[in-house]
Amino acid sequence: MSDFPGVRLHVVSGKGGTGKTTVAAGLALALASGGRRVLLAEVEGRQGIAQLFDCGPLGHEERRVAVAPDGGDLYALAVDPEQALLEYLEMFYRLGRAGRVLKRMGAIDFATTIAPGVSDVLVTGKFKEAVGRRSGGRARYDAVVVDAPPTGRIVRFLNVNAEVAGLARVGPIHSQAESVMSLIRSPRTAVHLVTLLEEMPVQETVDGVAELRRVNLPVGAVIVNMTRDPLLPADALLAAREGRLDSSLLERGLKSAGLEATPTVVDGLSAEASEHAERMALEEVERDALSAVDRPTYELPLLDGGVDLGGLYRLAEALREQGVR
Amino acid sequence: MTRRARPEGALDIDGVLDSARILVCCGAGGVGKTTTAAALAVRAAERGHRVAVLTIDPARRLAQSMGLDELDNTPRHVAGIDQSAGGSLQAMMLDMKRTFDEIVLAHSEPGRAAQILSNPFYQSLSSSFSGTQEYMAMEKLGQLRAGGNYDLIVVDTPPTRSALDFLDAPQRLGRFLDGRMIRVLVAPAKAGGRAYLKVLSTGVGMVTSVLTRIVGAQLLKDLSMFVAALETMFGGFRERADATYRLLTTSGTAFVVVAAPERDALREAAYFVERLAQESMPLAGLVLNRMHLPRVPSLSLERSKAAAEALDERGEFPVAAAVLRLHAEGTALAAREQRLARRFTSAHPSVPVGQVPAQPRDVHDLAGLREVGAALAAGRPAGRAAAG
Repeated sequence: MSDFPGVRLHVVSGKGGTGKTTVAAGLALALASGGRRVLLAEVEGRQGIAQLFDCGPLGHEERRVAVAPDGGDLYALAVDPEQALLEYLEMFYRLGRAGRVLKRMGAIDFATTIAPGVSDVLVTGKFKEAVGRRSGGRARYDAVVVDAPPTGRIVRFLNVNAEVAGLARVGPIHSQAESVMSLIRSPRTAVHLVTLLEEMPVQETVDGVAELRRVNLPVGAVIVNMTRDPLLPADALLAAREGRLDSSLLERGLKSAGLEATPTVVDGLSAEASEHAERMALEEVERDALSAVDRPTYELPLLDGGVDLGGLYRLAEALREQGVR
Repeated sequence: MTRRARPEGALDIDGVLDSARILVCCGAGGVGKTTTAAALAVRAAERGHRVAVLTIDPARRLAQSMGLDELDNTPRHVAGIDQSAGGSLQAMMLDMKRTFDEIVLAHSEPGRAAQILSNPFYQSLSSSFSGTQEYMAMEKLGQLRAGGNYDLIVVDTPPTRSALDFLDAPQRLGRFLDGRMIRVLVAPAKAGGRAYLKVLSTGVGMVTSVLTRIVGAQLLKDLSMFVAALETMFGGFRERADATYRLLTTSGTAFVVVAAPERDALREAAYFVERLAQESMPLAGLVLNRMHLPRVPSLSLERSKAAAEALDERGEFPVAAAVLRLHAEGTALAAREQRLARRFTSAHPSVPVGQVPAQPRDVHDLAGLREVGAALAAGRPAGRAAAG
């Protein structure tokens, strides 16, 4: 992102229901455009990325899922803690055979499902590996974008290695945890929060930013998703908000268009206009609340008709227009 | 209490509230799960039941919506509930670490307990690692149920798939306890030093030496001390996990899956529904939150669009044209939501569905919670509000 030069790891979080998977995919496409190579990673096993790109279920192997605007390749994977552990053992200890023994003994199962937190260590370790990987004399990926756990869990998720580094005061696990933490805390990482212009998501975003700052994790952008323009002219919007939309004028308009204009219809439509006006007014209040966190803010339009591949390209385009490179 | 006739396939929420002893709300994040749990608890209390609501969501949203400043590990009386029918409401938010501490204190001798509580592994495990939450929530549920003070306990679960991890807990713990892994882990603490390698079989010895290489001797020793200290408790853990599991499968328990009418949320809902069926957990139904219902169903999408275009062409009544376009957009949204609801129903025909209309503002007081409960009880059939 132009606001985030040098950022290689983009972590996308946000309250549930704000569309963070969709935004992560749009961001990854925007970053890949113009001939770059980007990896999009999913961590919660929900197969949201596969649904978005309409491809088969993703596994731990990286697969190309889309071509970005102006050329560029988007790869994706669903990080699997068990595979990440076996990979790590092989890479650092050449433990192919012992890995199988560990598995038979239940050690892998213990590490990935019973021991809480270990799976977060393995998953974040995979990001570090992907960011650092090189091929053909250059970085394999220009950027890695993570569809991360929601705001309520993001600090624990990203900070797990600091906990581990504290537990293992020396030795190989300590070094690994420290090196992951040094990436996550560095200017090469940015944690973006996705929100809607609604009360609870905005509150959670404001709280989330404060919590990230408190533990020195790098806060990136605030991305406002599903925004819409007011559908009424400004003066009508104000009138509707105050419940004084001219109903006789509305009635004449409906009749002029050849519609039945019973009181039920006129009152019902007026009520819809008032609700719309109230929503727009609330959105302004939430916009103000967001400006208080003092971070770069991007706005993405509501995709009417639901999210599909075309919609993702629209989001990528909107991000590029707002300066994401 | 009188009950309105409900269309077929609609969720009889009052029937559920009157008969269930435990009600578990699950679903994806951001679908209004916490609000639904609170609304159901308020409604049950005002129907005359003694109710406790347990939330484990770290955001203090339930607290806010119930007018409480703070929730803690003790159920607190909720003021403002209509108690004329003889019911009452208490609310609490799970304090994960304190629940874990209480278990340790209750199930180990004092010296051993102090050793566990001061172990660095224990301190991280009990307060900061994800995954502990689900276990502790079920532990707390078991405690509240055993106390016998409530007719109904409403539980709000964490907003992830792992919310149902507690269903696996007994088997997982069993696999771990019966497996060789635990012997590997406790061996260093029991034998001390490196001599323990000799007393173990070659397989175990090899794994231990591999673990020492990966984990480091110091960490393995800490971990080993921790597991050894906890070992005495594990049996109790398993028993209680088994008991909670049985409790959840009994007829007194009802699961409610909460969703918003969006593709992702409904996909998560389908996951929960199927998972609960696999585990033979009693599913009461699906609550579809935030449904958009057009106020003028008689005016169709096509007619309002065409009328708006006609006005635009003539350059007349711009406000009426804008209002018609707004209506057309709202009608399209409502139709899309109803399509998604119908798709869910045809894939899961036996699951009763309740719908709650979208509110212009967030719910954060008892009046708002009452409205949600009333809307759900009024029973709206899936599909009716789709104006043609």
